[in-house]
Amino acid sequence: MRFSLHDGPGLRTTVFLKGCPLRCPWCHNPESQSYQSEAMYASDRCISCLACCSVCESGALHWDHGPERDPARCTLCGACSEACPAEARKLVGKQIPVRELIKEIRRDIAFFDESGGGVTFSGGEPLAQPQFLEAALAVCKSEGIHTVVDTCGYAPSAVIRRIMPYVDEFLFDLKLADDARHRQVVGVSNALILENLGIIAREHAAVAVRIPVIPGINDDEDNLEQSFRLLGELGLSNVDLLPYHASAMEKYRRLSLAYRLTDVKSPAAARMQEIAARFACRGFQIRIGG
Amino acid sequence: MNERVARLRSESLGVKPWLSIERAALITDFYEQSTETCVPVRRALAFQHVMEHKSVIIGEGELIVGERGPSPKGTPSFPELCCHTMEDLDILDTREKTSYSVSDETRQIHKDRIIPYWRGRSMRDLLFREMTQEWKAAYETGIYTEFMEQRAPGHTVLGDVLYSKGLLGLKSDVERSLATLDFRNDPRAYEKQQELKAMAIAADAVIRYAERHAELADELAAREKDMVRREELHTISDVCRHVPGNPPRNFWESLQAYWFVHLGVVTELNTWDSFNPGRMDQNLFPFYVRDLKCGALTRERARELLQCFWVKFNNQPAPPKVGVTAAESGTYTDFANINTGGLKPDGSDGVNELTYLILEVIDEMRLLQPSSNLQLSMKNPNRFLKRGLEIVRKGWGQPSIFNADMVVEELLRQGKSLEDARRGGISGCVESSAFGREACILTGYFNLPKVLEITLNNGVDPRTGKKIGAETGDPREFKTYDEMFAAFRRQLHHFVEIKIRGNNVIERLYADYMPAPFLSLLIEDCIANGKDYNDGGPRYNTTYIMGVAPGTCTDSLAAIKYHVFDHQSVTMDDLLQALQDDFQGWEALRLRLWNKTPKYGNDNDYADDILQSVFTAYYDEINGRPNTKGGFYRVNYLSTTCHVYFGSVTGATPDGRNAWEPHSDGISPVQGADRYGPTAVLQSAAKMDHARTGGTLLNQKFTPAVVEGQEGIDHLTHLVRTYFKLGGHHIQFNVVNAATLREAQKHPEQHRDLIVRVAGYSDYFCDLTKALQDEIIARTEQTAIAPALVEA
Repeated sequence: MRFSLHDGPGLRTTVFLKGCPLRCPWCHNPESQSYQSEAMYASDRCISCLACCSVCESGALHWDHGPERDPARCTLCGACSEACPAEARKLVGKQIPVRELIKEIRRDIAFFDESGGGVTFSGGEPLAQPQFLEAALAVCKSEGIHTVVDTCGYAPSAVIRRIMPYVDEFLFDLKLADDARHRQVVGVSNALILENLGIIAREHAAVAVRIPVIPGINDDEDNLEQSFRLLGELGLSNVDLLPYHASAMEKYRRLSLAYRLTDVKSPAAARMQEIAARFACRGFQIRIGG
Repeated sequence: MNERVARLRSESLGVKPWLSIERAALITDFYEQSTETCVPVRRALAFQHVMEHKSVIIGEGELIVGERGPSPKGTPSFPELCCHTMEDLDILDTREKTSYSVSDETRQIHKDRIIPYWRGRSMRDLLFREMTQEWKAAYETGIYTEFMEQRAPGHTVLGDVLYSKGLLGLKSDVERSLATLDFRNDPRAYEKQQELKAMAIAADAVIRYAERHAELADELAAREKDMVRREELHTISDVCRHVPGNPPRNFWESLQAYWFVHLGVVTELNTWDSFNPGRMDQNLFPFYVRDLKCGALTRERARELLQCFWVKFNNQPAPPKVGVTAAESGTYTDFANINTGGLKPDGSDGVNELTYLILEVIDEMRLLQPSSNLQLSMKNPNRFLKRGLEIVRKGWGQPSIFNADMVVEELLRQGKSLEDARRGGISGCVESSAFGREACILTGYFNLPKVLEITLNNGVDPRTGKKIGAETGDPREFKTYDEMFAAFRRQLHHFVEIKIRGNNVIERLYADYMPAPFLSLLIEDCIANGKDYNDGGPRYNTTYIMGVAPGTCTDSLAAIKYHVFDHQSVTMDDLLQALQDDFQGWEALRLRLWNKTPKYGNDNDYADDILQSVFTAYYDEINGRPNTKGGFYRVNYLSTTCHVYFGSVTGATPDGRNAWEPHSDGISPVQGADRYGPTAVLQSAAKMDHARTGGTLLNQKFTPAVVEGQEGIDHLTHLVRTYFKLGGHHIQFNVVNAATLREAQKHPEQHRDLIVRVAGYSDYFCDLTKALQDEIIARTEQTAIAPALVEA
């Protein structure tokens, strides 16, 4: 994605690497969770031309008041999305070699140069594809393209150490400080995440910690206090507070995935300001959004 | 703004444009009585008659004085150019958009006096009489428009000569030129003598017009009870006796001098793009500094004077247009465009303190007229750009932003001297011009997608069934895309030839029958050459034909190349049938063409290469051909509102566009076809060689969220700077949500003040036709969130 404004300094191109070890219920890139390509279907765009059914060779698609897809038979070959004139069917995610990706990234070098921007690797979880990531980062670094890695931190520490020399800045998510609650909401322990954050804090200069603010899940006093105390101990002062928004709901529908936070509302701007102000006076550099 | 300015501004906004018969009646009086046979002298005497007898007013509280009509928004007609029919007057009076009130008295005078004299004698009548059948057929089909059918050649900008010489100084130059005429060796000496005599008469006419304001100011002062106002009226009288005859002595006089000259130019003829003060910040800076230093002026007083000057522009709507001319340029705006910043003649940074004051005035006044722009050179500081962007962000489309370094490069390529190029800038919407030294004449828009449509129908216009083009072959027989494109090129050639033949005749008509001695006085080398502005008198003479909708044309060709030839997924037969059926029953095909074709505006080389080929084909047909005035034809790309008109005469196109829908505007991508964000649009647009044009126009629409805060300004700064580094000519922004625009469509009464960027100018959204409103809503909205789903 080009003209990315919120994933690091300047004008950036953000590369989304598919696949993530976590399943945060508020995730706004659900199409990036699986390591496979995924079939998306937007029924409102469908013109019932049956082009998708007629090209499907695996027999996964058939017509029943609408195109029905049998995920078990689908080979994710992409023929249906290719054939769909209305862009109702889309295959999300494709395999590309590092050199192809670099070609895409290079397209906006003129904008990076002018704005101090560059490339951001996000996801999914970019560290879940360590070899690809390292190779891509190394090329970017050698070409003088500013690099940012946006990570949830759930990866072997060795991976972090391997890519670190090629990363100009980390964006590091901190969702819940308490391990038990972290397990309960996200599905895994946060011990590894915190260990990695410690490594980056000690061994790498530039890191911004990103805290998604999800009402009812992690916006309580306890978690905020605990999170900021932890960051203080690590000497980390740059924090982006990302207010929850439900704009990804449509994507869940198109992926036939359940959306678990239907009742959650975005935090009010005043609430965000209040949180920011409270921690700003303790010496943190806080940005809302980012 | 202070109370005076606020009142003048609100009066200007509150009055509806109305048709004034005064000028038409005066001109008719003169022509009925005059026995003068020499054309330029007769034109000058007619001008003098108008300037001597037209109403003179000084509005309450005004500091800068003079109106084109008898009072604000009174708009004269020019029957010697276009004699309106009674039906035209009804249309002007009652049409939904850009109407002009026409009183019963006006109607009566028009019927009894104007029509009987001018019917059959106007330039418009003459012009259509002289055009060939094939020219008329192509014109009526909507292949091109003709700028000079209702308005005189213009697009001109004042240089710096007025401020150093005044009209009396220019008149001395005329006398010197007259004294050196060589009747024995110069076969044109007599012609030159007549033209020069006409210029001298015109100079006197405007000096006298100013003096009449001085006389009125004296009268008003004698009756004025308020001491402060009385003193102001004395100053106005003093100013009007001094300028524009003499060089201005101070800041106030420099503004008033320009304004009288402006009124002279737009009263003599209804020149396209009215007239333009050019590099105000540079031309007026010495007066500003001197006055501040000696204490005669404060920054606040300078601001007030500038604001009074701004109101003057807003009081002058464009002369009423009808027919195709109203469709191609459907706006009250008369395209005076204030240039700020840029370079000085020595090549150094041209931004000064007055530049920033002018930007404050633009910001505060928030008026459609005058239009305004930043001339942004890499030598200008970011502070200048950011100040401009802060205004842009407010969402009313001004100022637009130009690449001053590219403008210089374009002008140099066209053969201007380095100094003249650096003194240049923008006139009208986006047209590069050597200020004070050039006649750069726009002669009409050219409908590129329509040429393709006629190519696909082997010379026939499918809308009318008439054969108006060349037989370039049945497209079903084309074996390769190259054959297809070659046919398009031949068709393009066919129509460009017709247009240029017409232009060359029209140019002579204006040179011979409609000289402009007053304008000629002001544009350098006319005096030395003893030649009129309309006859090649200026140092540079450029003729433009404006390419419209390279975006729609490119995407249509890309669809043919991709689907019919490269992938053979659609037959030419089916495609032609679908176009003929306006895609009724072909929705799947239409969507395939729309969604599954490489499109211009996505930094996609497949489509962008086609854009280049369209660009080059058009350029090769036109660029460098001689005009009749010793100058050359050039190309540029802008569309004003013509992409809507051209779309309305063009059937369905292979890019998936339905019949009669608008084309793409300027060099912008087709509305909604660009899906990879603004950096990709700018990369695509920068692939064309802007240096070979005389201007291109790129629209970008952003949602307000993208440009919020200091960061938002930074992002725009980076986008603009990078686009210019890549060689772009111009960019302008609409900062508005589509939802707001839709709301304004539904409830216009609540959104009367909503201003949007249209083409090279801004306009009230509610004054736009429905089709144009829809087109602006359809333009891609750049957000900071991935426009499509993430695909990598």
